[in-house]
Amino acid sequence: MTQEDKKIEVKGSNLVRRNFFLRMLGIGTACAGTWVGSGNLIARAQSAETAAAAAPKIPDYDWNKHKWAFGVDATRCIGCLRCVEACKAENGVTQDAHHFRTWVERYVYLEGDERAHVDSQSDAQNIAASGSEKEFRFDNRYKDAKIEKAFFVPKLCNHCTHPACVQVCPTGATYQTKDGVVLIDHSYCIGCQYCVQACPYGVREFNHVLGVTDKCTWCYHRITKGLQPACVEVCPVEARVFGDRNDPQSPISAFLRNNRVSVLKPETGNAPNVFYVGIDKEVC
Amino acid sequence: MIGTMAQAAPYVGYVYPNETDIPWSVLIVIYPYITGLVAGAFIVSSLYHVFGMAQYKPVARFALLTAVSFMFFVPTPLLLHLGNPQRAFNAVLTPHWTSAMAAFSYVAGFYICLLLLEIWFAFRADIVALSKTTRGPLGTVYRLMTLGSDDVSPRALALDHKFATVLAMIGIPAAGGLHGYVGFLFGSVKAREWWSSDLMPIIFLLSAIVSGIGLLIVLYVVYSRIRKVPVDQDCMKGLARTMWAFLLVVLVIEGLELLEMFYKRLEGIDMVQRLIEGPIRYGMLIQWGGSLIVLALLTVLIVFRVEGKALVRGLVISGVGMMIAVLAMRWNVVIGGQELSKTMKGLLVYYPEILSHEGLVAVAIVFTCPFVVLWLITRFLSPWEPEPS
Ligand code: SF4
Ligand code: SF4
Repeated sequence: MTQEDKKIEVKGSNLVRRNFFLRMLGIGTACAGTWVGSGNLIARAQSAETAAAAAPKIPDYDWNKHKWAFGVDATRCIGCLRCVEACKAENGVTQDAHHFRTWVERYVYLEGDERAHVDSQSDAQNIAASGSEKEFRFDNRYKDAKIEKAFFVPKLCNHCTHPACVQVCPTGATYQTKDGVVLIDHSYCIGCQYCVQACPYGVREFNHVLGVTDKCTWCYHRITKGLQPACVEVCPVEARVFGDRNDPQSPISAFLRNNRVSVLKPETGNAPNVFYVGIDKEVC
Repeated sequence: MIGTMAQAAPYVGYVYPNETDIPWSVLIVIYPYITGLVAGAFIVSSLYHVFGMAQYKPVARFALLTAVSFMFFVPTPLLLHLGNPQRAFNAVLTPHWTSAMAAFSYVAGFYICLLLLEIWFAFRADIVALSKTTRGPLGTVYRLMTLGSDDVSPRALALDHKFATVLAMIGIPAAGGLHGYVGFLFGSVKAREWWSSDLMPIIFLLSAIVSGIGLLIVLYVVYSRIRKVPVDQDCMKGLARTMWAFLLVVLVIEGLELLEMFYKRLEGIDMVQRLIEGPIRYGMLIQWGGSLIVLALLTVLIVFRVEGKALVRGLVISGVGMMIAVLAMRWNVVIGGQELSKTMKGLLVYYPEILSHEGLVAVAIVFTCPFVVLWLITRFLSPWEPEPS
């Protein structure tokens, strides 16, 4: 077992919480299903549940054989925030409004506005609407306003090809895997937070209990077993797409083939691997 | 308290959700501050040791002791800030070289060794003398410190002087490197608009020197008071000129940088402007106001050839003023950079904690330690020339 294999192992054993996730998944998708009012979705959620419970599809995972990537279709996102809650439950993210591995932004242009009004689920008014920092929802503040254009943008770690976070980590605790995922070895991180400063996308958060930095792993413990990341799994409208670029049949390969995509902040030179459809100049 | 987040930073506009947990606290403000004082004090001692400017002789050895006392505490704020300080050696044992921070322990370690060596050569004759006259355990310490070399013949002393000079020569780029490096730590972070500047290392270095000279002036005057000896006027005049020159250059460079930034008006400049007018407005006022007042005061002292008590008073005010102004500058950079959201659509406000391990009390304690250590060292090894009686 190489050093890096061990890292994955540690990561995996730390993170596997499938039972809990499945419960969440059940609740999450069922809610989303009822909410959107489509029986179809519930059926899909159930099949996802069976899929998740099935034996891993990639028994001897070889990271040289995969190249993971993520797609976000912002035109589909309905801002239900199931992904945010599922991620927190799946990955044991601090339960408050200041620590997220993934989040959703809402952009609203009111009639005559040059610039968008932006907020996320962390916004104080949205927290007040949900009534707790453990559940999230967007409030209804624009219900009487004349809206010209509005959309949601899910955010997560871009697993950059040239990750600034990896560059600045003094210990090598943050590293890039062969299959294109950026991970943090929590047993090696000293908690200096230089990486938090260096990430242009603000996706890194600090776990104050463990004294280490944390961020989205694309659910590495799941994808190496052939499962989808938790957020992709629960998204009721398929706004989130994930897969292997080495496999031309994978959802992400199709997504990249069929869409004109963009990435966030290309000027940083980070070369993100989360690709967006349907975002706007205002998206930061 | 360890294990919990400090109070979430309030904000206006839109900031990324994770940004409300400000990563670098006020501890990281005093890290570059203390490093800067070291660099400044060292440069003064080099003016004598390398450039042979005799007017700095009265403070040359004292400056070395000041530099080392502060250098001992440079790592403290960093260690206190780490989430897992017990793992700090990970960065030393397995440094990840693409990281600017990985070099810290090496740069700092090298510099401490250099300082200690230079101090040894500069004080060797005194150590030998003390080892002969002191009895008891303290005498043993002095004898150990001679490292077995008790030759104080004129030839040996000349050799000492040569070694000290060579070390000081290496020390100048090292001090420049040490502090330029701190500037690089910030300047190389492309994600932070307010930090990411090619001029950061040079601005950090020059302001460091100014603050270090300020510290030295204040300490020298205070120590002279305590020792009840007159302050050396030539030395004070020299320090006034050096401080004036460095201060002028740093103000010009900082001013040019702001000018360029506002002239180019690249995307996000509105937010930068709001940062300056908002969260860091008092910091900017202290930094710029303080620096300009000190510059004016120094100009008066120099142009009107002020002497005696008035010169000393004017210089102490300038010294304290520059220490405060540079502290404000560190705050404006370190905290200001984090208050400007990476979204460029919002501003956060950082409020330091008081009692936690990253709070103001901790900062006060860390900052007091070098003064105490300096006091102890000067009791043990007097840097002052014997008074011609
Ligand atoms: S998005 Fe940020 S944390 Fe993720 S890989 Fe890129 S630089 Fe690193
Ligand atoms: S906080 Fe941890 S992962 Fe981030 S740079 Fe420091 S050591 Fe590396």
